[in-house]
Amino acid sequence: MNAPITVTALQAKDFKSDYKPVWCPGCGDYSVLTGITKALAMLGLRPENVAVVSGIGCSSRIPAYTTCYGFHGVHGRSLPAATGLKAARPDLTVLVASGDGDGYSIGGNHFLHACRRNVDLTYIVMDNHVYGMTKGQPSPTTEPDWSSKLAPGGTGLREFHPLVIALASGANFIARGFSGDPNGVAALIAEAVRHPGFSFVEILSPCVTFRPEQREWKQAVHPAPVEPTDDPARAARRLMTDDGFNIGVLYKGARPAFAGKASAPLQSVEDLECQFRL
Amino acid sequence: MPVPTLEDFMSRAYAMELEATERYAQFAEQLDTHNNREVAQLFRKLSQIEGLHAKRILEEMGWPSVPALPPAFAWESTEAPETAPFDALHYLMQPWHALEIALRCELQAVQYFDGIAAGAVPERVRAAAKEMAEEEREHVALIKEWMKKVPRPVAGWDEDPDPPRLSE
Repeated sequence: MNAPITVTALQAKDFKSDYKPVWCPGCGDYSVLTGITKALAMLGLRPENVAVVSGIGCSSRIPAYTTCYGFHGVHGRSLPAATGLKAARPDLTVLVASGDGDGYSIGGNHFLHACRRNVDLTYIVMDNHVYGMTKGQPSPTTEPDWSSKLAPGGTGLREFHPLVIALASGANFIARGFSGDPNGVAALIAEAVRHPGFSFVEILSPCVTFRPEQREWKQAVHPAPVEPTDDPARAARRLMTDDGFNIGVLYKGARPAFAGKASAPLQSVEDLECQFRL
Repeated sequence: MPVPTLEDFMSRAYAMELEATERYAQFAEQLDTHNNREVAQLFRKLSQIEGLHAKRILEEMGWPSVPALPPAFAWESTEAPETAPFDALHYLMQPWHALEIALRCELQAVQYFDGIAAGAVPERVRAAAKEMAEEEREHVALIKEWMKKVPRPVAGWDEDPDPPRLSE
């Protein structure tokens, strides 16, 4: 007779792979990776029960740096891939990692509809207000007057406000974290995973290479002075007057997570193959 | 945050040393990746030193393995007092910068243990906190000595004539 298998609680390091991150030293994404691994340990999960899905960009490298299942997909398309995965494998905890370019520009449309569908996913966006991997182009969250060699004088375009968009589109949980506080990030991610439905965690994660002035964010961030609300109207007022540096859970909705519709019995794989035969 | 027992205090001290060990090891990896071998080696050494402190706590307490720690302590600041922040690094940093980071961390550790020793805690905790603070003061002195032996960076140390990422 086999001896009973003892399942021991894992530590954050058990969720880190042997691949060394190639981010710039000082990058906020290191801290987010630490936050994610700490959150998974806090939740008592195991790597084989978690999938990390991403698109393209510095932040999207994260799946390779974890021991969880990972999918490093197409630019801006992390959310459709994650939605499909969660629909097919509802038993998995699915985290989606993105950045402000991948998530709000190339994947902007998917962001709206993922919020609307309210599938039980945790969407972590590392926002540094710039396209770092492609050498510093302005992103949707870049300030209109941020002047660089690639956008002299700034774009003059109004910034995208992801938290307001998420609320208006139906996200069920909205929070903002700061990479300078990896333990705080871990706590937010753990809470987001526990909350049913689509949870959106925006993390201010400085790009020390192209936006070195973002090192000053540590002086600007502050805990949100209010408790999270489940009232979308109240949350909307808060978010519309938000200074961009409120840290914490800002909205916790009560919408049930998308559970899919009862459908006809599944076809066999052979039946499905027939439909694709030319 | 209350520190009711010696075990509670020592598990905190252990967590603090462990976090510092892990962070310095991460820093070493980051600088290895960016081919700054000299500073990577220094961070690896700092990680080993902190690791030895953590090990000594286990031995002193007679703990056969890592104590059951809460997943994340509610430190007074965002991280443990001896943990260097992620944004402290630069790929062109020099050994002096790494030691400067370590010095800041050790000073924070002194302040942390002094704070506990000065608070309303049981006598055994106070004695242990004083001892820890004293040890950290010794580290401060050692790092200051170490800093005298490495060249102080000159202005423009972070200017790279061949930047890895040129934005034009």
